[in-house]
Amino acid sequence: MNAADKKRLLREMLYARRFEERCYEAYVERKIGGFLHLYPGQEACVHGVMEAAKPGHDYVITGYRDHVHAIQCGADPKKVMAELYGKETGSSKGRGGSMHIFDVEHRFMGGYALVGGPFPLAAGIGKAIKLQGGDEISICFLGDAANNQGSFHESLNMAAVWELPVLFVCENNLYGIGTRIERSTAVQEQYKRACGYGIEAARVDGQDIETVYEAALKAVDYVRSGKGPYFLELSTYRYRGHSMSDAGAYRTKEEQQEWIKRDPINLFKERLIEAGELSEEDFQSLDKEIIEQIDRDVIPFAEESPEPKLEELEKYVLAENDPWVKGGAQ
Amino acid sequence: MAELMYWEAIRRAHDEEMARDPMVIAMGEDIGVAGGTYKATQGLYDKYGAERVIDTPISENGYTGLGIGSSFLGVRPIIEIMSVNFAWLATDQIVNTAAKVRYMSGGQLEAPVVIRSPGGTAHQLGAQHSARMEKVFMGIVGLRVVTPSNPRQAYGLIKSAVRCNDPVFINEHELMYNMKDVVPDDEYFHPLEGSEVAREGKDVTIFAYNISVHWALQAADILSRQHGIEAEVVDLYALNPLDREGIRDSVSKTHRAVIAEEAEPAVGVGSEVMAIINEECFFELDAPPMRISARNVPIPYNRTLEKAAIPNAQDVVNGVLKMFGK
Repeated sequence: MNAADKKRLLREMLYARRFEERCYEAYVERKIGGFLHLYPGQEACVHGVMEAAKPGHDYVITGYRDHVHAIQCGADPKKVMAELYGKETGSSKGRGGSMHIFDVEHRFMGGYALVGGPFPLAAGIGKAIKLQGGDEISICFLGDAANNQGSFHESLNMAAVWELPVLFVCENNLYGIGTRIERSTAVQEQYKRACGYGIEAARVDGQDIETVYEAALKAVDYVRSGKGPYFLELSTYRYRGHSMSDAGAYRTKEEQQEWIKRDPINLFKERLIEAGELSEEDFQSLDKEIIEQIDRDVIPFAEESPEPKLEELEKYVLAENDPWVKGGAQ
Repeated sequence: MAELMYWEAIRRAHDEEMARDPMVIAMGEDIGVAGGTYKATQGLYDKYGAERVIDTPISENGYTGLGIGSSFLGVRPIIEIMSVNFAWLATDQIVNTAAKVRYMSGGQLEAPVVIRSPGGTAHQLGAQHSARMEKVFMGIVGLRVVTPSNPRQAYGLIKSAVRCNDPVFINEHELMYNMKDVVPDDEYFHPLEGSEVAREGKDVTIFAYNISVHWALQAADILSRQHGIEAEVVDLYALNPLDREGIRDSVSKTHRAVIAEEAEPAVGVGSEVMAIINEECFFELDAPPMRISARNVPIPYNRTLEKAAIPNAQDVVNGVLKMFGK
């Protein structure tokens, strides 16, 4: 990564942080409904992996903590925010909400709200890529707790036995909702579970974006070269509760402080300052510019966009005017 | 028109669609090298290869989800779930993903998968291999459910389902794979909506689907020959959506309705047809509608008990006679 790339990445991570914080505020103001799962603390994961992949070319699928993943694939943050506001201009036309951001144009294949649900879908995307002979890869971002679903085991097995081009990224943030990993999971190092399926796997620090990037380059290259699936475990931490309905009381202040000391944005920022590639003032003005941009462009777009039309409530349930429903042209 | 067995008709539909479009694939347990438990994919592995005729691990939710994921990119999988009793394991992916993805993505994604699976009581397979699931799937918004009662429908429904952009669940029956009947020699696409009048009559309508169509036809024959009652048999090959218009038209003509179903009565095809009759043509009725359904038990192993648990043609005859006060 050259200096310009590093600065851009830092900006993107900071943008994601501020975007999510703004979601928090809008939720408190009751402008966003439903469940809201925020990403602060884990930014180095998606940013590091997507820097090594080809956003908009490679297919990405994830769970319900999905806003930043969508944006990193190329989704317009305005449309993501409008989706949270339930507006017609939202990325899923207000029909999905926070847990179901989709941007198929940028090959972000969606956020899904059944834990572990995307595993087989990601394998299926890999199967389609293989059948169609493309050079894309399928990337599945999920948390550690998803690995306790049967779909994890079924999908890793199929991906391995059929050598599918799937990169499984496990963002191990140590908690499944409020239950800490030791209390739910017999083997805590998740990459070992992938090894059980003969899948190439690694575990690295998920707070250091350069470490993530280097590990992801290797993983992406492995998958793209047709060798089969790869499992990359990233050790990370989420600052907020599982969702907005969870104050995170199951964690100690000390534990949280320890992780905040290794905040992915701060770590990267300090490193860039040390290398003389950035000044504290640069960072502050970048931060200010991001906050202003979100307030100026993103929020007003979401607030001022129209609601979906009531008469279109039942649109998108089935295909419209599909001739085969009537038995084709006969 | 040649006569084909039900399984041969299914196989022919696979073969034609796979020959036409390289993105049509077949997947399921033992469907490849072994040719399928009911022979529905026999010979296709040799013809189309392991990448397109896929022997899956015994992971119903996993491989169904995999098929659904592949369909996001334009692959058209025909997924066989060996018994509908195993499809319970795949309901997460069928219901939460395939049926909802178009809606929750605001129309950006669709899951054009075909899921075929036999349900029903066959020959002493016990409680966990004999149940039916159509009542579950037909209540799922965004999922089409069809159920062929003969080889022609079995062939034509797959042909249309493969090309349709919605997910389609095809409910087959273990006892019907060796049933032989005519299938058009030319390509034939059966509609995924509507119903068929399998026998015209004026005195009572027997609504049936899949295997119960055969009980209904037998019953209608007995009723005509022995009791002078002319029953109309309406084949509800589409369970979601049900054919409201067809149900209304027939009841408006015969003024009496009996629903014959292999499943237990609660929350099923019969209750839904009755609701439609109430909503569409209540005042046309000359008698309260009646369900002929399975008994409320898990299907027993013992042959005598098993037979007693599910209805047959004579039960349909008896029900109709009771309705006529005979």
